[in-house]
Amino acid sequence: MAGFFYSNMMSGLSDQGHPLSLSFLRNEAGFEITEGIDFDPSDTYLKAFWVGVVNTLRVSILGIICATVLGFIFGVARLSTNWLIRSIAAVYVEIFRNVPLLLQILFWYAITLSLPRIQDSITIADTIILNVRGIYLPTIAGNEGLPVWLWYLLSGVGLAIIVVLCYAGLRLLIDSTEVQQTDRPSFASNTILGAKWFAAPVFLIVAIAGWFLSPGQPLQIVRPELQGFNYVGGINFTPEFLALLVGLTVYTSAYIAEVVRSGIQAVVKGQREAARAVGLTETQVLLLVVIPQAIPIIVPPLTSQYLNLAKNSSLAIAIGFLDLFHVGRRMIAQTGQTIPIFGMIMVSYLIMSLTTSAFMNWYNRRITRFER
Amino acid sequence: MTENENTTNDPIIICEDVHKWFDDFHVLKGITTSFKKGERAVICGPSGSGKSTFIRTINRLEEHQRGTIIVDGIELSNDLRNINLIRQEVGMVFQQFNLFPHLSNLKNITLGPMRVRKLSKRQAEEEALALLERMDIADQAYKYPSEVSGGQQQRVAIARALAMEPKIMLFDEPTSALDPEMISEVLDVMRELAHSGMTMLVVTHEMGFAREVADRIMFFDEGVVIEEAAPADFFDNPQHERTKLFISQTLQH
Repeated sequence: MAGFFYSNMMSGLSDQGHPLSLSFLRNEAGFEITEGIDFDPSDTYLKAFWVGVVNTLRVSILGIICATVLGFIFGVARLSTNWLIRSIAAVYVEIFRNVPLLLQILFWYAITLSLPRIQDSITIADTIILNVRGIYLPTIAGNEGLPVWLWYLLSGVGLAIIVVLCYAGLRLLIDSTEVQQTDRPSFASNTILGAKWFAAPVFLIVAIAGWFLSPGQPLQIVRPELQGFNYVGGINFTPEFLALLVGLTVYTSAYIAEVVRSGIQAVVKGQREAARAVGLTETQVLLLVVIPQAIPIIVPPLTSQYLNLAKNSSLAIAIGFLDLFHVGRRMIAQTGQTIPIFGMIMVSYLIMSLTTSAFMNWYNRRITRFER
Repeated sequence: MTENENTTNDPIIICEDVHKWFDDFHVLKGITTSFKKGERAVICGPSGSGKSTFIRTINRLEEHQRGTIIVDGIELSNDLRNINLIRQEVGMVFQQFNLFPHLSNLKNITLGPMRVRKLSKRQAEEEALALLERMDIADQAYKYPSEVSGGQQQRVAIARALAMEPKIMLFDEPTSALDPEMISEVLDVMRELAHSGMTMLVVTHEMGFAREVADRIMFFDEGVVIEEAAPADFFDNPQHERTKLFISQTLQH
């Protein structure tokens, strides 16, 4: 059966003039990509595909980080004792969880497109610029003094290590063997932690002194500046990128908020009571007792949300953001190599998802060493 | 009954007409009593009689809706500062231990002293190790609660409460969740604590412990104290029909 379909596919493809091969990847792409890594129409299809992969990764990673932060805030807020905070969080979750994601992305895109023209840019503290071309943020660039400063940093680390070793030696001499035995679980880790108040200042002094001793400023903030009709310098996120990022972040954060809420509620009531009985404040109860126990409950469903966010980023095609899927579709339109390109797209998403879940599973194993 | 030379005449807990409702259910129907410094009171009664709820109102794990509770001169109200002050003076031991499973036994004990009493890590650990020594489980300090037996967990929980240097200790059925062979190790620790002069309110079904250690036994039924007396009078000469029935049932086995 499979053999029949395979040979049928191969003969069909050669009849159409597209034999199954990846050699087309070395050909000139001939289209422009204005998003992400610098790309010229004379670059190859392979590079075009890579630009798409990087764009997908950019929006996914940033989206995952922002959605996690927002999700935790709203998840905790839904359990607040304050009626107003609780209600705002509930409304946020219900709105963004119950409107289709595609609609939300188009909505945010409409908003970014209604930003002012370049001449009328909104500027915040002269460093953040917002206009119809998206958002411009300052970046940090290294000057010629940077290599010199890096050497100072390296010697600072060396000095700090020497301080730790001296401290450990002194403690071995001074402390009785009895203390060393009760000072479990690890004498070494305790020593390093104990030495941090001596080692960290040593490192900081060397680092700060090195900063002023290096020629020129080792690092410099580059602000976006208006040159002619456009802003130059700094880092620019296009309206498409912003709309997609905000859409994915807000939508996923509503789900993460629910995951966080249910995780916190799954921690047994006795744990809060015991923590209160010891005299901890409500904030301490939450941060020191409840959330550490909620995290292992939260992580598995959180992983699913991360995977959803990464895969949902393919909705980029609706607003013209050049992600992996969009670039792939363009390549198919130009080369007709439907099957190999779809294969490449699928493998790329698969690698991203499997890497994410492998990392999250590792993290979950690491934090659930204790039994419940 | 052993004579308790630790009690004084100053009441440390004063309860006046304490009422509590869970929705429509009237759990506490006007409890008026007081406990002296150093007093050992055992609270018993059938399940659902309000005895656990009563001791839980004393550190505000349950809110009472009417009446007043004054602990060491501080009135329990909705004022968060008062609640936190009282919780630092009142230690509590639970039926289900409620140790923090993500922290080692030692860290379970040092959490409160470091965060609330603001002790240094070193000092908190020294005190915690001394307490574990007193509980006879110093060798379990670096294990996690799930790695030690129920009796040991409950002793860690007692150490955790004592680490806050409380003036009063509340015990909410501390041996009810334990295997029979582990009950005595926990009762031994509580006996030692009683002899050290700690003010103790103990909800328990261990009548042997009550007879030996208590200054007073309070019998709860349907949200009221229907009988309270010194152990000798309570066991040998109960006044109330309900108390007689309870004693005959609990002493059968």
